[in-house]
Amino acid sequence: MSAGTGMVIIGAGECGARAALALREKGHDGTIDLIGDEPHLPYERPPLSKAVLADDAASATFITSAGDLAAAGITYRPGVVASAIERAQKTIRLCDGTGVAYDKLLLATGARPRQLMQDGAVVAGVRYLRNMADCLALRERVRPGTRLLVLGAGFLGLEVAATASARGASVSVIESQPRVLLRGVPEAIARVIENRHVQQGVDIRCGVKITRIETAPGAATVELEDGTRLTGDVIVASIGAVPNVELAQAAGLAVDNGILVDASLTTQDGDILAAGDCCAFPVASQNGRVMRLESWRNALDQSAVAAANMLGQSMAYDAVPWFWSDQYELTLQVAGLADPALAVVRRDLGEGAFLLFHLDAAGRLVAASGIGAGGAVARDIRLAQMLIARSACPDPAALARPDAQLKKMVA
Amino acid sequence: MAQWVAACTVDDIEAEDLIRFDHAGRVFAIYRSPEGDFYATDGICTHEHAFLADGLVMGDIIECPKHNGRFNYKTGAAKGAPVCVNLATYPVRLEGSAVLVDVG
Ligand SMILES: Cc1cc2nc3c(=O)[nH]c(=O)nc-3n(C[C@H](O)[C@H](O)[C@H](O)COP(=O)(O)OP(=O)(O)OC[C@H]3O[C@@H](n4cnc5c(N)ncnc54)[C@H](O)[C@@H]3O)c2cc1C
Ligand code: FES
Repeated sequence: MSAGTGMVIIGAGECGARAALALREKGHDGTIDLIGDEPHLPYERPPLSKAVLADDAASATFITSAGDLAAAGITYRPGVVASAIERAQKTIRLCDGTGVAYDKLLLATGARPRQLMQDGAVVAGVRYLRNMADCLALRERVRPGTRLLVLGAGFLGLEVAATASARGASVSVIESQPRVLLRGVPEAIARVIENRHVQQGVDIRCGVKITRIETAPGAATVELEDGTRLTGDVIVASIGAVPNVELAQAAGLAVDNGILVDASLTTQDGDILAAGDCCAFPVASQNGRVMRLESWRNALDQSAVAAANMLGQSMAYDAVPWFWSDQYELTLQVAGLADPALAVVRRDLGEGAFLLFHLDAAGRLVAASGIGAGGAVARDIRLAQMLIARSACPDPAALARPDAQLKKMVA
Repeated sequence: MAQWVAACTVDDIEAEDLIRFDHAGRVFAIYRSPEGDFYATDGICTHEHAFLADGLVMGDIIECPKHNGRFNYKTGAAKGAPVCVNLATYPVRLEGSAVLVDVG
């Protein structure tokens, strides 16, 4: 791309902020405008359910500093909402009416919590956890002895439950599905996590139906189908996220559970890209199935590809999905997308840590999940990710043996 | 001031691998490069708390087990997000088959 062109990024989360930095690192010498509706410097979201929620003294992990942004010549506009994309003029409109012209535009608007509905309306008084403000407000209210009700036993709900109970709260988790982490995590691993919560004294109720939710300031009651009434001081809903697609949609771009992009992360408009939690893209390791991922590594890796392509390259995003969750001393990591219908090979690493490898009918490794304390499973999961990327068909007997080094299979 | 301590023997680490070494309340990582040379760095990531010994060595790179941040373990240079703060490195020398690290 020629000198002096303007790059605009909407959304200053993991993906947007990293893309801004990457544009400069890759040699862009025109302007870079990074527009974000949150008031802070760009920060990492994963600690919001972990270290930052755990400790009153903990501060956020910032992705960059004001000094580094200035040194990179990035115009960062915090606390500013982008309200429209005027494609014909190649300009975006900010909430105060200002226009910012772009040559290439990246939409990195992320996702927001799905809100809890009852009788056709959003339930008042329910908390969510997506941004720093949510985290600090929740932290303030979760004290030793606080009764916390968590709706949803996905990653986020379980991390909140783990952290809150470690803070001394008494926690109940309510899930309509038959088990925790039904989506994306094999049952044997979900069982380990569930047992750890139970051991901690967290009250986990799966396969239950909520019939009524009542909230008042500082109090909530959840009524279950069998008549049980659970009362709490604080209620948090973690029942999924919806992508922030409205800007793209209003500008006439195609949207289907995410802003639709091709493998180069480009929308139907060649000058507009989308990346991170807001986009739906063809997942290379899933034979090009179009999916939306909510994963930190995905946002980070896509930011680099989007930046390269804004500068005129035509890189295809083909990273194998990689995800982790920390609960208590346990870390879960997943490479690829685990499909419960696939054959499973188990590798035990000792001290309770183990991995599950998923192979398709042709013997190709498509996913690996692992659970253990600290970094116990990290190396094998990372190597499995490389094997998946190579469409490798590793010997199942060797996968089962912890002394058979995956590194030798990658080489 | 130099303070050499014996961390391990050469046979304790495979080529292109690393081990953890704890000394006086500090955690180090000792590496053996693919070429067979030995290096030492701090043993804990500069991003969050993670023991690098659980990570993966690839060529000159140590990749953190927690979020896959990368460092060049020969220079300590941060080489890939999310890490941005370099890793401290320590001189290493061999005495027979002993691997000595200057932790001073
Ligand atoms: C509490 C929590 C814990 C998590 N833990 C993990 C984990 O353990 N492992 C993992 O892999 N992933 C985790 N994730 C997911 C991970 O953080 C996300 O996948 C990642 O942040 C996505 O980055 P993004 O930049 O696409 O979106 P976001 O980080 O959501 O950033 C988007 C930004 O754009 C802003 N924005 C939206 N619309 C506009 C507009 N019109 N104008 C201006 N600004 C706008 C938003 O306010 C936001 O600041 C976690 C997420 C949360 C919330
Ligand atoms: S702790 Fe090492 S990369 Fe995050």
